[in-house]
Amino acid sequence: MAGAKKPVRILRNLNAKVAALPMITTALVIFVGCTIWTIVHSFTNSRLLPKLEFVGFDQYERLWSTRRWLVSIENLAYFGIGSLVFSLVIGFLLAALLDQKIRFENTVRTIILYPFALSFIVTGLVWQWILNPEFGIQHIVRGFGFENFVFDPLYNPDIVIFGVLIAGLWQGTGFIMVIMLSGLRGIDGEIWKASRIDGIPKWKTYLFVVIPMMRPTFVTALVLISAGIIKVYDLVVAQTNGGPGIASEVPAKYVYDSMFRSQNLGQGFAASTMMLLSVLVVLIPWAYLEFGGRKDGK
Amino acid sequence: MDHLKKILTATVAAGAMSVSSTALAVELEVTHWWTSGGEAAAVAEFAKAFNENTEHTWVDGAIAGSGGTARPIIISRILGGDPMGATQLNHGRQAEELIEAGLMLDLTDVAEAEGWRDIVHPTSLLDSCTLDGRIYCVPVNIHSFQWLWLSHQAFEDAGVDVPTNWGEFVAAAPALGEAGKVPLAMGQQGWQTSGAFGVINVAIGGLDLWRKINVEKDAEAAASPAMLEVFQAFAQARLLSQGSNVQDWNMATNMVITGQAGGQIMGDWAQGEFQVAGQVAGEDYSCLPGLGVNAVLDTGGDAFYFPKTDDPEITAAQKELASLMLSKEAQVAFNLKKGSLPVRGDVDLDAANDCMKKGLDILANGSIMPSGDMLLTPDTSSQIEDLLAEFWSDTSMTPEMAQERYANIIANAD
Repeated sequence: MAGAKKPVRILRNLNAKVAALPMITTALVIFVGCTIWTIVHSFTNSRLLPKLEFVGFDQYERLWSTRRWLVSIENLAYFGIGSLVFSLVIGFLLAALLDQKIRFENTVRTIILYPFALSFIVTGLVWQWILNPEFGIQHIVRGFGFENFVFDPLYNPDIVIFGVLIAGLWQGTGFIMVIMLSGLRGIDGEIWKASRIDGIPKWKTYLFVVIPMMRPTFVTALVLISAGIIKVYDLVVAQTNGGPGIASEVPAKYVYDSMFRSQNLGQGFAASTMMLLSVLVVLIPWAYLEFGGRKDGK
Repeated sequence: MDHLKKILTATVAAGAMSVSSTALAVELEVTHWWTSGGEAAAVAEFAKAFNENTEHTWVDGAIAGSGGTARPIIISRILGGDPMGATQLNHGRQAEELIEAGLMLDLTDVAEAEGWRDIVHPTSLLDSCTLDGRIYCVPVNIHSFQWLWLSHQAFEDAGVDVPTNWGEFVAAAPALGEAGKVPLAMGQQGWQTSGAFGVINVAIGGLDLWRKINVEKDAEAAASPAMLEVFQAFAQARLLSQGSNVQDWNMATNMVITGQAGGQIMGDWAQGEFQVAGQVAGEDYSCLPGLGVNAVLDTGGDAFYFPKTDDPEITAAQKELASLMLSKEAQVAFNLKKGSLPVRGDVDLDAANDCMKKGLDILANGSIMPSGDMLLTPDTSSQIEDLLAEFWSDTSMTPEMAQERYANIIANAD
């Protein structure tokens, strides 16, 4: 590119660029600016109010030696893997079943999607009651005569996170199903005809032909689920409030509690920076593969 | 539309008039977390007194949940520039930085005019409202955590005498268990377990040990064998409370009231619940200050803070409310309902029941200790709270393991 051409390039599409300015400024100031501000303050000993007294990596050292944070991370891993796998599998299965040209598809679809209209707070409370041993599932099954039946995940520190996971799946899977369904509808009917002529079993067609063709749909679903995992907070607050003990704590709750309950902003910022870092660790390689790869292909 | 216009002009006219004549009536929003039966009845006494004695209106801003839920909401509202007229907070170090940042109203002129320093007893309550010689809050009651509440009915059903100290209580626990009762009721919120821990700490370990740890932040004392005994007693309490699956403290108190549980370690605010349920101290329930071992009460309590505003009308109303809260009538009415002790030594509490009288006697003796809220920063106390919550729910955690981590937190406390 010759030097003389440069100013022209900047001025090209001037209107569009001016129009984009507010959005660019917002993105820079709000997202990038505030992120940098947070990261900077995570190296200070800010308590209730932010102040710039730097203490190096002290907050991070304390963070990673705090049992509650480690439990939070572990829970996030269980919750994350569980909700990723089950959302995708159950969502896809439901969508595939709905796609068999069944009757009352609209009704069934609405029923399955319905929990998505509820907030996490309501979901959490409802499932707190359902899983309560005194009047929930355990009570009902015992009422049938199985006196020794035990099902109280919310009161057992070892499996409480799966109690939360059940509620999360109940709330979110319907939405994933709808996305999958629209993906399935996007598959050309000719493909099905061709596979039938070749005598390929239906499940094989799904597994080896349809699913690879639905890659964009899966990517969309994946991004939506992952965002939900990282920010899970209200569900836990409503359902268990981190209990019993600290067995169902999650990182977002650690951030909030550090900042407002402990009045220790520095610690909260350090924890949120770690959360950002973990998102980036996943996001950057993926973005590189997704977008970097395509450029070469063209 | 016309209607609206009329109201508008009327308001403007009324506003203009009252500015020239008297102070404008202000709607003062007061936030607090007093939502259980006894608490709500108590705070209604303040509201009544404020509405009747001044021309201002009390707008009730009760926040459900315990202080742990309400405090962040209150603080973020003040920080976010949407301050309420007045708010409950436990005095101590919680509001320290808010005061330092100049967000709280200085009440020194009211305090001096009315001689708060002479009427507030013990004066340590006013000290914890004071920063650099200026007074920023109104203490309204004295609450102590060091009580064990016992259900007479539960012990009757189990066929054992009502215990008179912690040792007897532990000994009676198996009989309670056989009668199908939970020996010790305990809500599953962190502050309740850590509060009970503090009580056991003073009762079993003694005041000196407690002082060394909480005042001097002596990590060696926290790791001492005497402290291990405290942790062992706490582990015992953990065992006794198996089967108590309630969350809120008043649900746990209710187990004691209905005789499903033998006892509960809880502050004297529990008394309000017994009163609402129509129970009589000494007949239906009894109370053991300091678990019947070391009758020392802390003098924590609630205080009201008044966030600073630019509006002189609101400021005037805030000051009126502040002086009203310390008035004799309001103090008596409020504290009788609340089950707490008044902050003035010169009021008449004939109507007080057995348990309150026990408390007043201890207070008059001067067997008092500062409350943990006044000594530890929220940062340290929530670390301890997390540790104790974990210990409480995870029976595989031994007292030794918990003590080691506890000593570590104390060593790093500031």
